[in-house]
Amino acid sequence: MALPAILRATEREARVWSKLWISSSFSTLIAPVLLLIAMGVGLGSLVETDPAELHGLDYIEFIAPGLLVATAVQAAAGSSLWPVMAGQKWLGFYHAMVTSPLRPGDVFGGQVIWTTLRSTMSAVVFLVAATLLGAVLSAWGVLAVPVAGLTSLAFAAPLTAFAATQDSDAKFDVIIRMAIVPLYLFSGTLFPIEQLPLGLRALAMLFPLWHGVELARAATTGAFSIGDLGHLAVLGVYAAVGWRWGVRTFARRLAS
Amino acid sequence: MATGGLIEARSLVKRFGELTAVDGIDFEVQPAETFGFLGPNGAGKTSAMRMLAATSPVTEGYLRIFGQDPATDGPAIRARLGVVAQEDNLDTDLTVLDNLVIYGRYFGLPRRLIRERADRLLEFARLTDRRDEKVDPLSGGMKRRLAIARALINEPEIFLLDEPTTGLDPQARHLLWERLWSLKREGVTLVITTHYMDEAEQLCDRLVVMDDGRIVDEGSPRQLIERHCTREVVEARYRSVAEQALVVSRLEGTGVHIESLADRLLVYADDGDSVSSLLGAHDPVAPTSTLVRRATLEDVFLTLTGRTLEEI
Ligand SMILES: Nc1ncnc2c1ncn2[C@@H]1O[C@H](COP(=O)(O)OP(=O)(O)OP(=O)(O)O)[C@@H](O)[C@H]1O
Ligand SMILES: [Mg+2]
Repeated sequence: MALPAILRATEREARVWSKLWISSSFSTLIAPVLLLIAMGVGLGSLVETDPAELHGLDYIEFIAPGLLVATAVQAAAGSSLWPVMAGQKWLGFYHAMVTSPLRPGDVFGGQVIWTTLRSTMSAVVFLVAATLLGAVLSAWGVLAVPVAGLTSLAFAAPLTAFAATQDSDAKFDVIIRMAIVPLYLFSGTLFPIEQLPLGLRALAMLFPLWHGVELARAATTGAFSIGDLGHLAVLGVYAAVGWRWGVRTFARRLAS
Repeated sequence: MATGGLIEARSLVKRFGELTAVDGIDFEVQPAETFGFLGPNGAGKTSAMRMLAATSPVTEGYLRIFGQDPATDGPAIRARLGVVAQEDNLDTDLTVLDNLVIYGRYFGLPRRLIRERADRLLEFARLTDRRDEKVDPLSGGMKRRLAIARALINEPEIFLLDEPTTGLDPQARHLLWERLWSLKREGVTLVITTHYMDEAEQLCDRLVVMDDGRIVDEGSPRQLIERHCTREVVEARYRSVAEQALVVSRLEGTGVHIESLADRLLVYADDGDSVSSLLGAHDPVAPTSTLVRRATLEDVFLTLTGRTLEEI
């Protein structure tokens, strides 16, 4: 049976990646784990906290789910911007794809699925490392992987859609520096969001990353609550709205 | 299923905002026919082709391909088309072979089948010895051949080529024409755009001349030449613009069909030699050179639009 159209677009990305995965795996697979060791074990041994402030967790137990989701999102953001410009402008391979039975929406979906898959793969590696370091307290921790995937999707879909509206990569660096990096640092990843001033806290809560981090932490600690459904809903809304926007912008770009 | 041609277009319009790129064109393409769009830059050839390829939505009018509506059956139509765009759009992240393989995968073809076809197509495109190389270092002609090979991976029933030989040297052009001829013999329906007259004459059974979004005439190359031109053309060159203008003013009103270009004067006649001697003998301003040749599509184009293709 033939692959669904949307996965045929994903296959192209997988093919390209299969030729250079070794060179790209350091930044997406190894670097996040090194970060966890440095922060969790190294820095964590210096951090003296009132256990209550970290919800009764050791520092490494607190940051492991945070970094797991945040590094997945960071990778997803990067591959939702420049590769999309390559597809529609620099190399233009999207334009060849839509001369086949694939529709612009398939090209969009294929790209986003690939981005999400890669982030999910890096989350698997990260989770294994975190488990070996003793930072995962519950068997429910495996759910941190799909959470990282969903959170990556919640970023990848709207960012991929946005990238397709652009004629150059001029704004991409700004997005990474002004949005993704601050979110990475202040979404309850490295310290609880309660330590932020109220305004900043509300701001962090507007974006999907904090919701993903909260969910992942619930998974690795095994402490779920009813509020987790709300987090899930926020991620779902970002992904769904981003997806619809992407299908539209890709149609405008590739079928004008 | 419609009963008409493989492609049927009526009052077909394409607009980009205020700009009308295709301004109400009508044509049909029959099975196994080679059909051409001839026209200068900006005539709307690519805009028309992209609608035929079911990638660009029709703004207004009626279009059926295989009897199907591209607005609703785009994927089904595209599954049976081969498209070579004006820019090659090859995938420079992939090798020559992988360009064929991955493109075949977009059509949902099984890998085994693609590999078999890819081997044959690389042979056809004379690229077998380059199969594992990246695409970027290939020459223009090789890239064009690869784009053509790639577009054949699904064994299309209609093959759309937008300016297949623009930018190629004469040898590369002839090699491509040969490849296209062999497809034609296999019964593939070809639709090409070109602004080369010789290409249109070589390949097309029937063609439309487009200018400014409209079709200005339609027919076989022979028919178009007969309809708009005499059998022969005399090209005369003069020492100066002033001298040429003098000759033009003298010939105007005599009923002789002339076209005065920047660098030469064209005189249409069934018997070129008589005109040629007329220009030489009876004029105080004799041409520096005269050349008698057969009329071509270039002359048709000039008569229809008042411009040469070189001027554009
Ligand atoms: N995507 C687009 N957006 C806006 N305008 C466009 C677009 N594509 C084509 N046009 C305009 O439509 C007109 C016809 O262009 P088109 O590319 O169809 O001409 P063409 O006959 O293929 O010319 P050429 O011989 O240069 O390839 C031009 O004025 C062009 O600027
Ligand atoms: Mg064109």
